[in-house]
Amino acid sequence: MIVKEGTAVEKKRTREGFGKALAELGRDHPNVVVLTADVKGSVNVNYFADEFPSRFFNCGVAEQNMCDVAAGLSLAGKIAFIATYGCFASTRCLDMIRTTVCYANLNVKIVGSHGGLLTGPDGASHQALEELGLMRVLPNMKVMIPCDFWEAKRATRAAAATPGPCYLRLSRESIPVLTSEDSPFTLGKGVVMRQGGDVALVACGVMVSEALSAAEMLAKDGIDARVINIHTVKPIDSELLIKAAADCGAIVTAEEHQVHCGLGSAVAEVLVRSLPVPMEFIGVNDSFGMSGEGYELLTKYGLRDTNIASAAKKVIERKRR
Amino acid sequence: MLVEAKSGHTGGPLSCTDFATTLYFNVLNHDPKNPKHPDRDYVVYSIGHVTPVNYSLLAECGYFPLRDLMTFRKLGTHLQGHPSYLDTPGVEASTGSLGQGLSISLGIALGLRMDGKPNRVYCIMGDAEHQEGATWEAVMAAANFKVDNLCAVLDLNNAQIDGRMEEIMNIHPIADKYRAFRWNVIEIDGHDVLQILDAYRRAMSTKGSPTVIIAHTKMGRGVSFMEGDYKWHGNPPSPEQGEKALSELGTTYGIWSKRLRES
Repeated sequence: MIVKEGTAVEKKRTREGFGKALAELGRDHPNVVVLTADVKGSVNVNYFADEFPSRFFNCGVAEQNMCDVAAGLSLAGKIAFIATYGCFASTRCLDMIRTTVCYANLNVKIVGSHGGLLTGPDGASHQALEELGLMRVLPNMKVMIPCDFWEAKRATRAAAATPGPCYLRLSRESIPVLTSEDSPFTLGKGVVMRQGGDVALVACGVMVSEALSAAEMLAKDGIDARVINIHTVKPIDSELLIKAAADCGAIVTAEEHQVHCGLGSAVAEVLVRSLPVPMEFIGVNDSFGMSGEGYELLTKYGLRDTNIASAAKKVIERKRR
Repeated sequence: MLVEAKSGHTGGPLSCTDFATTLYFNVLNHDPKNPKHPDRDYVVYSIGHVTPVNYSLLAECGYFPLRDLMTFRKLGTHLQGHPSYLDTPGVEASTGSLGQGLSISLGIALGLRMDGKPNRVYCIMGDAEHQEGATWEAVMAAANFKVDNLCAVLDLNNAQIDGRMEEIMNIHPIADKYRAFRWNVIEIDGHDVLQILDAYRRAMSTKGSPTVIIAHTKMGRGVSFMEGDYKWHGNPPSPEQGEKALSELGTTYGIWSKRLRES
């Protein structure tokens, strides 16, 4: 699947896309219920709450209870979305998500807003950098991380339409709009955002826009980079990744997450079993975040287009050896 | 079944037996031949480890054959060591990690209320799981949401794995704590069937708040060498101890084996 390369001028928030889609879902599906933990406005469930107050539960600052109440609501036949900051949604509720939700394959959709360094000035405590790994290791769980506003809307609808648990990672900050309202979307299927045969840049979330920008830089040096948007980290699109490895012979992964256990690890797990090729990993290297503006932090931690382009040149060198 | 499994929890199931049996045979609206009946009452075992009484009651009610009890905890069984929602008919939630059942029960109760249904939710709780912080999140939330279709039954047997609850980490005054959270509190002798029945009835007629029935019980109830001894929390009896326990409870291994074969 090829999506026309975006011109990244407009910026919007993925959490806003989620909030709008949730209200739309509410109109179409009377069994959708929403819970939050005292962050209604921050995670944009206010649209749903205003329109469907009887199907909205503010559980206060008590995420563990919220998660299991959602589990109970799903046992009573509801599609339950819980929304809070990603660090609390994942780490604080991990036992509830594992034993109550995933073990019973319950219809609970966990929405972790404020994922990654783009959370910014709140600092390390609020910058979720581990949740893709924590969630993808759980049986029955699906893990999605949309690359822009429109994809966040589509991912929200896909979460509701797919039985069982699901984790959706969103950003606090506005990020480039790369897709359009009618772009296709299938849970578990990656999207080729740009064709190329010298190296494949495999990215998720905001890093898709950085990878596209890196590809432009590389093109100026005569390097033809393919850019793949992996909006679903689990189940991952093995077929698309193996094809990229076969066609390009070198891979760079890029994620706003710990490099251990996130997207890069998931890609490597696929390729080492099928078609190992040289790989480089762009992400946070075993450290916590810190306060700062979102994009300042991406630069500080080496998560920008320039870093991806350098890694691409390095991995191409390894391929030629 | 515990002798056969060679592992599992003995004391807790015996302290729950009187109020749990009364619940299934005298109170619950349920259909064992149709476990997902939309009009059923729900029972969530927040203390997942009391599967011996949970599974025995489900079998006695007819959810599955009695002989299945002998597969408890064995490879390939649908009777997992702790309750598994996807494996066992009549199990309403996967539990085993303490301090979660009340939140799950609250969610079910809210879902039923949203749909305007009269079904009730019963949550079997232990005393030591009140040491889990998440339990108190649920106690607070259930009162906040004013769910009167939720009834918790607290098996106050004063025993946990490492010793007497009051000595390990005292939860008292537990009744006052629930009252402070604006719950309807009913305290009973958990082995007096008339008091148990009366408590369930009073819970049903309570409006605007959840009810907790605090059942004062004895770990290992009915077996002289187990009663009140916390060491029976997580251990099964030997075959000899099992035979002695069954005879004290008014039956024998022979009678049991015959019932199982015929089931």
